[in-house]
Amino acid sequence: MDSRSSDAPVLTAAARTPLRSTADNALKIVVVGGFGAGKTTLVGSVSEIRPLATEEVMTRAGIGVDDPSAVLDKRSTTVAFDFGRITLSAESVLYLFGAPGQERFWFLWDRLFTGALGAVVLVDTRRLDDSWYAIDRLEHHGTPFVVACNTFEPPRHSLAEIREALDLSPGVPLLDCDARDRESSKRVLIELVRHLYARAEAEHPQRVELESTP
Amino acid sequence: MTRVGEPARDDDPDRLYTVTRGRSQATRHAFDVVTLIVSEQEPQPGMQSEHARILRLCVRPTAVVEVAAELGLPVSVVKILLGDLLEAGRITARHPRFVPAQAKLPDLDMLKQVLHGLQKL
Repeated sequence: MDSRSSDAPVLTAAARTPLRSTADNALKIVVVGGFGAGKTTLVGSVSEIRPLATEEVMTRAGIGVDDPSAVLDKRSTTVAFDFGRITLSAESVLYLFGAPGQERFWFLWDRLFTGALGAVVLVDTRRLDDSWYAIDRLEHHGTPFVVACNTFEPPRHSLAEIREALDLSPGVPLLDCDARDRESSKRVLIELVRHLYARAEAEHPQRVELESTP
Repeated sequence: MTRVGEPARDDDPDRLYTVTRGRSQATRHAFDVVTLIVSEQEPQPGMQSEHARILRLCVRPTAVVEVAAELGLPVSVVKILLGDLLEAGRITARHPRFVPAQAKLPDLDMLKQVLHGLQKL
């Protein structure tokens, strides 16, 4: 990665790591989870930049936010989300967004995350209830996703038990992860992309098979 | 740092009103949160400070969401500012190639690139 090359201009007081000048195609994956499920940790463990926080405006009532006038409305408020990024090649860069799973956040989904390749639902197995709403919404949107159980301690439930508790359809990949661990978080993202690949391939069966990968 | 899911700083509507000079409508330009912005000009004297900051920031390609984070402004406000700069020819925008309206899933070549990129990490 050459993103720390010496000719990088110092743009702000904070140390920024600029993209390559050839970058021209950004992709996004959204990590959805309840409060404390480890979204920022997962994003941070694979991101080439320290996760940054930003915000979007929504009305205080959380309704009908696809109206930019909400920006200037005294009743408007903002919802914060954070993101990191991974340079994939000279042209492509992948942005990872950590998004809260609460109901009110989903009003922003269309404005922020349309065009996401897919989503990771990050589950805290001590609080499975937090994940139902997110899973339901992703299915409703038709957004492909995988479910990753962030393991804080030796797991108390088997993946089969969790699959049943979440009422996951058999086609949805489910795996354990440790969001603090770069390799583990990487594995979650790879699982999602493989899942996307399998789905895309099913839609275009004439295409060649995926080359064997480790 | 702002806690995700909580109301953030700088959400004073009066300040946002000033930054956008009262405009609440995003321009006809559709910026995605990950559209990459590239400056085409140096900041000019007398330019609105937010516009000048964007031009300095985007000397190298910078995603809309990163511009928002650096400026400490909501994404929709930043899109209005970017619309001004685009109309004036001061920036160019590199939009994401995957447009979900055209295809439900990205093409296999793109997914393969993503996979290889992740495996190299």
